[in-house]
Amino acid sequence: MAATLEGLERGDLVRPATGADTVDGIPAELVAEPASVEEASRVLAAASRAGKKVVVVGNGSKLGLGNPPERVDLILRTRRLDRVLEHAAGDLVVKVEAGARLADLQAAVAPAGQWLALDPPEPGATVGGVVAANASGPRRLRYGTVRDLIIGITVVLADGTVARAGGKVVKNVAGYDLSKLFCGSLGTLGLIAEATFRLHPRPAAAAVVTLQVKRPEQLGEAVRQVLRSTLVPSAIELTWHDPFGPSGVLTVVIEGIRPGVEAQAAAAAELLGEVGEAEVLGPGGTEAALSQLGALPSEKAEVGIKVAVPPAELPGALTDLATGWLGHGRLAAHAGTGVLRVGLSGPNPGDPEQVEAFAGVVAKARAALAARQGTLVLTEAPPAVKRAVDAWGPPGDAVELMRRVKRQFDPDRQMSPGRFVGGI
Amino acid sequence: MDRDALIQRFTDVVGAHGVISERNQLRTYECDGLANFRVVPSVVVLPETSEQVRSVVAACHQAGVPFVARGSGTGLSGGALPVSDGVLVVLSRMRAIVEVDLDNQRAVVEPGVLNLQVSKAVAADGFYYAPDPSSQQVCSIGGNVAENSGGAHCLKYGFTTNHVSGLEVVLPDGELVHLGGKAPDPPGYDLVGAFVGSEGTLGIATRITLRLLRKPEAVRTLMAAFEGTDHAGDAVSRIIAAGIVPAAIEMMDALAMEAAEAAVHVHYPEGAGAVLIVELDGPAAEVEHQFAEVERLCQEAGSTTIQIAADDEQRALFWKGRKSAFAAVGRISPDYYVQDGVIPRTALPEVLRRIAELAGERGLRVANVFHAGDGNLHPLVLYDGDVEGQEERAEELAAEILYACLEHGGSITGEHGVGFDKKQYMPKQFGADDLQVMQLLRCAFDPEGRCNPGKVFPTPRLCGEVPGPRRVHPVEAAGLAEVF
Repeated sequence: MAATLEGLERGDLVRPATGADTVDGIPAELVAEPASVEEASRVLAAASRAGKKVVVVGNGSKLGLGNPPERVDLILRTRRLDRVLEHAAGDLVVKVEAGARLADLQAAVAPAGQWLALDPPEPGATVGGVVAANASGPRRLRYGTVRDLIIGITVVLADGTVARAGGKVVKNVAGYDLSKLFCGSLGTLGLIAEATFRLHPRPAAAAVVTLQVKRPEQLGEAVRQVLRSTLVPSAIELTWHDPFGPSGVLTVVIEGIRPGVEAQAAAAAELLGEVGEAEVLGPGGTEAALSQLGALPSEKAEVGIKVAVPPAELPGALTDLATGWLGHGRLAAHAGTGVLRVGLSGPNPGDPEQVEAFAGVVAKARAALAARQGTLVLTEAPPAVKRAVDAWGPPGDAVELMRRVKRQFDPDRQMSPGRFVGGI
Repeated sequence: MDRDALIQRFTDVVGAHGVISERNQLRTYECDGLANFRVVPSVVVLPETSEQVRSVVAACHQAGVPFVARGSGTGLSGGALPVSDGVLVVLSRMRAIVEVDLDNQRAVVEPGVLNLQVSKAVAADGFYYAPDPSSQQVCSIGGNVAENSGGAHCLKYGFTTNHVSGLEVVLPDGELVHLGGKAPDPPGYDLVGAFVGSEGTLGIATRITLRLLRKPEAVRTLMAAFEGTDHAGDAVSRIIAAGIVPAAIEMMDALAMEAAEAAVHVHYPEGAGAVLIVELDGPAAEVEHQFAEVERLCQEAGSTTIQIAADDEQRALFWKGRKSAFAAVGRISPDYYVQDGVIPRTALPEVLRRIAELAGERGLRVANVFHAGDGNLHPLVLYDGDVEGQEERAEELAAEILYACLEHGGSITGEHGVGFDKKQYMPKQFGADDLQVMQLLRCAFDPEGRCNPGKVFPTPRLCGEVPGPRRVHPVEAAGLAEVF
């Protein structure tokens, strides 16, 4: 097999794939690791001419998201596109290449007392992966998600066209906001090569208030009380001991300057004290709680599920999810925003009956959640399970419009075909 | 379909009281907030429901007639400028707040709902809607969505796009779709993000799901006077460097103060060359602490006097001066042009000096009133249209100011939009490929280019071009292929 792409003048830009170069168990033929936007453009243009299907991979921490691609000819890894291009500290702006790890970006801006206010749980995640998969964490309650923080983007389309949108100023309404269009697009519209973000000051102090939760209704009341108050928590997190059992802990994180944080923590404890057993954690407990904050419910889970509902529907969603699941699991939620993650041991992928039963449980849960205006997405599952259960669920009435967007950006369906919503 | 048939069709849909076709009545709608450009539309339709909007747009689609949506018509870039052979769809009769859902911090509204109306509807429950363009008493949410409107408080709270989680949209072919909703992270492309700020070129939003915020526990506002804009700019940098994110930092220069003083009597300090309005909000303990720090930082930057708003009334006065500044400039100049450009905040002193230089060269005055915290400048170019050549010089100057913004890595518009007014500057900010790729989005939504045509982009692409034969690769076209 030719270990290169026809028409690619620089053969060294691609190499033959190894056994480890797979997406959802589908082996790739070639791997490219461009080190510049220009190289990425050449690779994609050559892939386009050769009719090769391309999947873009950062560090692979969220590669399980989405349906299995229809075909994988070329894996384009962004790991060499890893530079922090510009940090304008006085303007609270940073521009990076997509393959830079989020942790490295944070380290680069930390000396200025700043951070990119994103705290997704996946270790080693690259910035491009965070954008493409719309990854988020507990502090989304306060800062929003990547769409709210990205201010500029450089993309490379399937045919190699390099385009920029937005810029490096936070306030900017010139032209279409393609940065947001690419957030969560999972590599189906093109390669995200560079991104520019607004930064926030790193909070100087933190306090944590916990509440023991015994029933879903109590959870709902506690979250409602906090959201209706004038408190400004960074995160309201739920961890549920036994996946679908009766009790858990609600963690309210307050960050800012010392005097403000202390006053707010006391107020939060008083407020939550009316709902149940609440406590302001001491320094040791705070540190431990913060280090655990937002961790995926189970790192070893075979099946990952993300449920998103309007926050007031969270107790109901817990009830919807309480029965019928196969296997053991754990559950955690960004309770203030209505995002819930479940990690399950899942059905035995080799047992068609179990897989089918699992598909039935998912379908039932999706129907119940739809009545709450919510959705359920598989974030991780063995290929056998993914073949039985669409990762995204019913796409809604805008799916044809989404397909039209895809056709414009990637008419030949070269980029991650089949991974996205509605078969995109 | 001829005009009469189309009018009949619209009349069937919305009733005779919702169709305007007499030329003298149509003239009411010939321009938006940017009165320099005027075009009388062929027909004006005022639908009252989503279904009526859908039928009207479907009729336009079938007839091959372009249409333009308009809210309150307060836009400052000609984004709602009609097209002469087209239909103007005016959404001001769709003014219902459909739902308020405080537990999920959302309101669902029709596009004609006024910005301030939303905050008023939820004020008693302690909530508000954050984006606050200066025109908030009259501008509509639909217009805010089209323009991705900002306001003084977006420094901390973001723009319209950060406060819209769902849309019901009538697409240019008359199809009705739902994008996003109340729940977070809807699967699929973020078409809400793509639609907000698309300046009416992708369709008409008929229902909008807005985020509501809890009113802050404390609000403190001060007005600090400085010798000049350099010192005021220095104060801004110090505040940001201290890790403080104020709700707003606004600056006015001497000329802007002179105008505002004449209009609303704020009592700006005598002889001040610039004032900053700094507002902090949030939990009381935090605000008190940081407010004292802001006061100190202003003093360190050389503030001559600092006035602290004693109560809501005085705070309102500070803001009234700021928010009425555009209109107030009419008191000191027969004509003026409102510019809207953005620069990195750190370039403020340099760009302000450059603006003064450019104005001096052309013998014109520029009043500066702007969102200093996020580098969004609003230079007001003063001129007298009756003086031969002044209007042209004012236009030139306004353009030069934008180029100065771009030289510093900024943008040609921070909140007013590109619209009709600034489309010729788009190629200065973006390359040909950038604009082409933006057009791909347009082609997905509006392949026939009938939805607010002639706005935002200088040269619309024909959507039939894709997929077609392969384009020459840009690297090759640029002659870079040999480099490797």
